[in-house]
Parts: sequence; structure tokens; C-alpha cells
Amino acid sequence: MSMAADERNARAPWALTAPALMLFVGVLLIPLAMTVMLSFHDWGQYKGIEPVFILKNWHEIATDPYYAEMFWRTFRIAILTTLLTALLGAPEAYILNRMDGRWKSFFLLVILGPLLISVVARTLGWALLFGGNNGLVNKLLMSAGVIRSPIPFMFTETGMVIALAHVMMPFMVLSVWAALQRLDPQIENAAMSLGAGPVTIIRRIIMPQIMPGVLSGAIIVFSLSASAFATPAIIGGRRLKVAATLAYDEFLNTLNWPLGAAVATLLLVALVLIVVGSNALIERRYAEVFR
Amino acid sequence: MAYLELEGVAKQFGAQTVVDDFSLSVGKGEFISFLGPSGCGKTTTLQMIAGFLDPTRGAIRLEGKDLTAIHPAKRGLGIVFQSYALFPHMTAAENVAFGLEMRNVPRAERAERVRDALAMVGLAGYEDRHPRRMSGGQQQRVALARALVIKPSVLLLDEPLSNLDAKLREGMQIELRQIQRTIGTTTILVTHDQNEAMSLSDRIVVMSQGKIEQIGTPQETYEKPASAFVSQFLGKTNDFAATIDRAATPARVIAGSWSAPAPVGLSGPVTVSIRPERIGFGDAGLNATIVTRIFQGNHWLFQCDSECGPAIVIRQNDGERQPAEGEAVHLAWRPEDMSVRGGV
Amino acid sequence: MRRNGPLALIFHTIFVIIMVAPILVVCLVAFTPEGFLSLPTNGFSLRWFRAIGNYPEFIRAFWVSLGLGALSSLVALLFAVPAALAIARHRFRGRDALAALFLSPLMIPHVVLGIAFLRFFTSAGLGGSFAALVIAHVIIVFPFALRLTLAAATGMDRTVEMAAVSLGAGGWTLFRRVTLPLILPGVISGWALAFIQSFDDLTMTVFLAAPGTETLPVRMFLYIQDNIDPLVTSVSACVIAVTMTALILLDRFYGLDRVLAGKGDTGR
Repeated sequence: MSMAADERNARAPWALTAPALMLFVGVLLIPLAMTVMLSFHDWGQYKGIEPVFILKNWHEIATDPYYAEMFWRTFRIAILTTLLTALLGAPEAYILNRMDGRWKSFFLLVILGPLLISVVARTLGWALLFGGNNGLVNKLLMSAGVIRSPIPFMFTETGMVIALAHVMMPFMVLSVWAALQRLDPQIENAAMSLGAGPVTIIRRIIMPQIMPGVLSGAIIVFSLSASAFATPAIIGGRRLKVAATLAYDEFLNTLNWPLGAAVATLLLVALVLIVVGSNALIERRYAEVFR
Repeated sequence: MAYLELEGVAKQFGAQTVVDDFSLSVGKGEFISFLGPSGCGKTTTLQMIAGFLDPTRGAIRLEGKDLTAIHPAKRGLGIVFQSYALFPHMTAAENVAFGLEMRNVPRAERAERVRDALAMVGLAGYEDRHPRRMSGGQQQRVALARALVIKPSVLLLDEPLSNLDAKLREGMQIELRQIQRTIGTTTILVTHDQNEAMSLSDRIVVMSQGKIEQIGTPQETYEKPASAFVSQFLGKTNDFAATIDRAATPARVIAGSWSAPAPVGLSGPVTVSIRPERIGFGDAGLNATIVTRIFQGNHWLFQCDSECGPAIVIRQNDGERQPAEGEAVHLAWRPEDMSVRGGV
Repeated sequence: MRRNGPLALIFHTIFVIIMVAPILVVCLVAFTPEGFLSLPTNGFSLRWFRAIGNYPEFIRAFWVSLGLGALSSLVALLFAVPAALAIARHRFRGRDALAALFLSPLMIPHVVLGIAFLRFFTSAGLGGSFAALVIAHVIIVFPFALRLTLAAATGMDRTVEMAAVSLGAGGWTLFRRVTLPLILPGVISGWALAFIQSFDDLTMTVFLAAPGTETLPVRMFLYIQDNIDPLVTSVSACVIAVTMTALILLDRFYGLDRVLAGKGDTGR
């Protein structure tokens, strides 16, 4: 009897996951492997894709400074976006957490809601706000006396970072929010009773405890920003290419699929390394304290 | 002169009064417990002393100075929270040192005082542990050391033992008592556990629904409860409806077939309150029948059906013969063991 | 609870304004009576909403998106529910690896997925077909369907199932009468979240869609590439309205913070 039950128990998880596993192997792993293979194929204007194994595309990416510049731009934008979301999102999450129940859930909805609203619509909003030299943002900044002459936002990295930060902000707020939920509600009172002032409490007590949340939020924001497509395509226009928009061009305009596949493969590998690496670093750094 | 004084303190949240007309004088070095069920306002009162809440009315004075005018960070009170509220990203030593750092105590002195404080709570050698790597009891000790190391004028304990298991709790009670005796810090303990309040405090403030029911020594509150609430909250008790007959000379208090000389003052219907361990089986007294008899090791517990309703009797297991279930008995007690309250 | 100071509230106000501004401006411009992009200063007009009717490709794209979202989320659940039950209840070798694999579409950039699927479906002779879109969308929404189902299955009291078994239920009956009703809130929320993800996806779909199978985000993106006029704002306003409705429903039934907690989590 017990043998049969054990055997059934051992087989059950595999029977239940088999369909999904087959789906993932068939239409995720195989296509990904095919893409990696594709990056080693040859391509010519007239002959199309030739299924041979050569390093031509990888060589081109490694030697042509255009690609180095493009990847550097991609990661620069991702880093600045990450910094901006952390700098604004972490304090906002803290403020949000101190609000009264009803306001808290209302503003949480307002701030997290955009996460689920079409990226195209949100980026369109920024395109309208930036809108050339007499866009709303410039008018507002000039009337407030922050700037004298209009700053170009459309088709600039500044504009891309701002719009991307807006798109990614909910991830950061959410991540810090989750860290704040793990805080002992009496912890600030405890620090205060020992003589700590508000600045000390934030610097010595709150910041160290929400840091893992900020960092894991930063990883999410960074990896999504580095591979973002819609926002760079709409705000950056045709000239300011990032990895995702370049790959798109190679595939659908130039039709040089192998080169596009190489760019995409490189992006994927770089991101996986960065994400896995920083996750491991964070876990090691905070293992002692937060296990 | 009172060291810590609360005068007519009240706290309202909107229309709801959580604490009302709370007045108390605490002497220097005294150990006071606020005892009551959850929601009775004891923690709110503690938070007002700590400064995390402002009283709606009334005054709180420490050595004659108005405490409510001082920011909580400057009050210099030591607080142990129910959740301990240890800083999880700091080691035990860093936790304890934090308050000293805020007071700009020089590094060398700080290290020494931290070491002494941890040794006092029995945690020598645990300096570099993080709180999440410590047991509940150890965390509790760190919290205590952290509160005591700043030499607080008053130590406030908010249900500090409620997260510990029963056995550990008993040990910590004894230890807490010893530490408090040694250093002599004025202490206020908030608790819902009457045993904890009785075994630790010099005086107990029994609270119910935001009001003080009684202030007194553990023995007074137990043996002479000022109200039905106090008598029931502080352990098992028997309340018998009785009458005082002033026509007799001397006046007598009568419950069923039991009677005794009446105390001065009251007359008419009264309630006689008597602890179960003070009732004996005698030749005369309240007529009763034993309904159940339960053996509990060092004592016997009897549930009886008496003339004045159900009664509980506890007898020491002293080897004497005890009445059996169904046996008719007479319940008797000494007049000085009961408390008599007006009304039924 | 300590209160926020005035500085914190000013920061908060500016933050919320910035978060809402782009969405608000799209919705406002959609109501302009003018023939060009402008805020409706002289009254509101529905002319640009009516104008959508003159562009059948937007209408068609909307139906494609709706059908694609509904179908791919449903198919994803058919695969995800059994997988979630297995992962929630059994400790078996390879369990963590499987969970990581199933959540991996969150971690793989959508542009890479788009390229991979384009290559795959073109070689399979399915390039640009609706079927290809459905399969691709099943993969990208799978993690969302899985995660919410998994949360429901993990939180479920298993003794309830044991009770049902002791009363004689088994196999399909057990699942249909006991297990499924208990995890249903998670399953429905998983479907809704998956639907929103599918409905909104541009980056991957833009690689796969052909003129007949363009989804709404793809159609909007291609339109914006050429020119930005009030028409695309009115279309966006409609999309925002649809999403907001779904969102409010989701918040009521399940709690938005619970739905979103861990969205974009890299599958750790």
C-alpha cells in the first residue's frame, strides 16, 4: 500500500508539470538555441541567410565602434534610469508607508497602476509633454525660473531617461515597499527612545534595512531598462539607437537577421550575467543579517 | 515626594476615550505594573509616558518637571518593546551601544558599558551575534540591556515576556526582578498576565476599559479586590450574594446558612467575595454538594453546588481525606479572608 | 504611526503629479476639438473618438488584441494550474530548476524573445500567423498565470483535500469540486494579470505581427512612428480606460499590491 502511494507521489509532480515543460522546451528553449545559432550564420544582401558557422557577426560587433557606442549608450541610460528611480522611488515608498490606511491604498493604486497601463500610451504622454521646444515641461520649467532656454527632451538621452524612469518607477516603489513591510513597526520608536533624531533614524535605522529592497528593485529596473524597446524607439527616434531598437532595425528593416541575433544574444548574456551576479552579491552581503 | 507622577491623564482617539482620568504617583525605585485585559488602555498610558502619544488631558511629571513638553528622544527613558524592536542590521553589541552613541559617550567607555550591560543580562560572548541569529529569550535580553545601558530615569516594559514560552517566561521573571532590585531603576511593566504582575511588582495598577480599578500591592489587590472586575481578573474567586442584618446585635452578614459578624458601614444586599483556597470544609456553614473533584497534583479542585450558586474550592493535597463527589459538605471561611462589597 | 512632515508631503505631491501627468495629458488631448495636438482649452470634443471609426485597422487591431489576450491567458492557465499544483505540493528533484524555467520569460528581454519566436515560427512556416502569436503570448504570460496560481495553491489548507478524499472524492471530482474552487481567486486573478500583460505587450509582438494580425499596441506604435496626432491619443485613452477598469476590478477582488508584488521579480 505505502509503496504504491510513494510511487504515485513520486510520479505525480512530473505528470503535472510535463505539459508545461514540453511547451517550454519546444517553444522557448529551442527558439532561443536557434537564435544563438543564427548569430553564427552568414548573411548577404542578395544571398540572404546562409546556414554556416562563422564569427563574422561577432567580429563586426567586437570591432566596429558603432556597436560599442550603442551598447555603452544602452547601459548608460539603464544606469541613470536606475539611479533616478532609486533616488525618488525609495523616499516615496517610505512616505507612502507612513500614510493613513485609506490614503495609503489610494496612492499605492495611483503609483502602481501605471505599471499595467500600455507602455505605448505612457510614452506617448511623455512625447506630448516634451513636444519639441515649446512642450509643456519646458514651459513649466521656464515659468518656474528653473531654466532660461528650453532643453531639448525629444530625441535625447535626457528625455529617454526621464520617460524610462517613469515607466520603471512602480517596480522600485514596490520593491522598497515590500522591504518596508518587513520592518518592525516599533523600530523607529525604539531608536527615538534611545535618543536618535529623525535624520539619524533614517540614516542609521531605516536605510540599512531597506537597502536590500532598493538593490533588488535596482536589478529589476536596470535589466528592464537595458532591454526596453517602446520608450527608446518613440522618445529616442531613429538616430539614438539602443540594443533593442537596433536589433529591431536589423530584423525588420535591414533584414540582416544574423547580425540582429548576435546583438540580441549579447544583450541577453550580458543581462543574465549582471542580474545573476548582483543577486549573488546581494544575497551574500545580507545573508548574515536577514536570514 | 513622587518621582514620576501622572495626574488626570486622558487619551481620546476621535470620539473614543481610551484612557480616562489616570492618576498615579510612582516612588523612586518602585516597580509598578499596569495590569488589565487587552484594550484596557495600559499600553496607551505607557506610550504617553514614553512620548509616542500625547495625552489629550492631564499632566505627566518626572521629578516635578513636565515630561510632555520634552521630545521623546530627549526623555531618557529606557523602553523594552513587546516585539523587542531590535535593529536587525546591527549586532547585539551595536544595538546596545546605539543609545550611548546618541549621547556621545566616548568610544572606550561605550565599549566597557556595553560589555557590562550584556554581562548583566547573561549574554557575555554574544556581542557579535545578529538578532535574527538569537533565540527569543536572548533577543529579549539584548532589548533589556539596550534599554538599561543608558541608565534610564524610568524603565518601561511593554509586555516584554509575552513572546516567550511559559518555562522561559518564569525564569526571565525572576531574573528581571533581580536586575531591577540590583540597579534600582524605577520600572513600569505593562502586562495582561496577573501572575507576572503579582510576582514582579511592588504595586499593581489594575485597569479596565480605560479606567483604574484599583492601585495596591499584589497582596491587597488579590485579597481585598476593590471591584468584581479586580477580584475576577486576579485569579479564581467566589462571589456569593449575601445580606447584612443590622437589626441583629452585633450586626451579621448572612449568606444562606453561613453567617459572620458584619463589617462596619454596609447594610442590605452585598456581595461576599472569597478566594477558593480560603474556603474549608467545616461542620457548619454554607450547605453544598460536591459536583466534581479534580486532582491537580499539589492540590484538589472541587466544583460545588451551594445554596448561593456554584462555588469552587481548592484544598492543599496534604494527605488528609478529601470529600468525594456527591458528598454533602459545609463551606466555611474566616471573616478576615473575605471582602464584602455593596450591591449584588 | 508617525506623520509625514510638510517637506515629505510636498515631495509626495510632486511625485504623484509626475506619475500621473503623462497619462492625464494623453487623456486630455484626446478630447481636443482642434485638428492638431493641443490641450482642450476651448471646450471638449469627441471628434477624435469618432475618428477612430474611420480607421478600421485600429478596430481590427483591438479585436485581435482582445482575442489574443483572452485566448493566450486561458491556454497559459491550462498549463500553469497543474504545474503550480505540482510545485506547491511536491518536493521533487528538479523542482527549483523547473520553477526557474517557468518564470524565466520574466528575465529574458522581450526583444530577444521576439527575435527567437520570429526565427522559430518563420522556419516552421507559421510566420505572421495568429497561432504563432497565441503560442508566443502563452510563453510570456505564463509566469504571471503561474505565480498567482502558485500563491493560491501554496496558501491552501491541504487538510480540506484530505477530508474530501476520506469522504470518497478522488481524481477529477476532487479537483473540480474541492481544489479548483479553493484556488479559483488566484486562478482568475492570474488570468486577469496575464490578459493585461498580453494586451499591453509591444516589444515581442512587434516582431511577430503581420498586417492581418497586428495587435493594438503594435498598430499604435507603427502609427506613432509615422506621425503623432490626436487620433492616437484617443485610441490610447480607450486603452487606458479598458486597463483601468480591469485594474480596479482586480484591486477589489484580490488587492493590487498582492497582484503586483514580485511582478518583474527575476524568478529568484
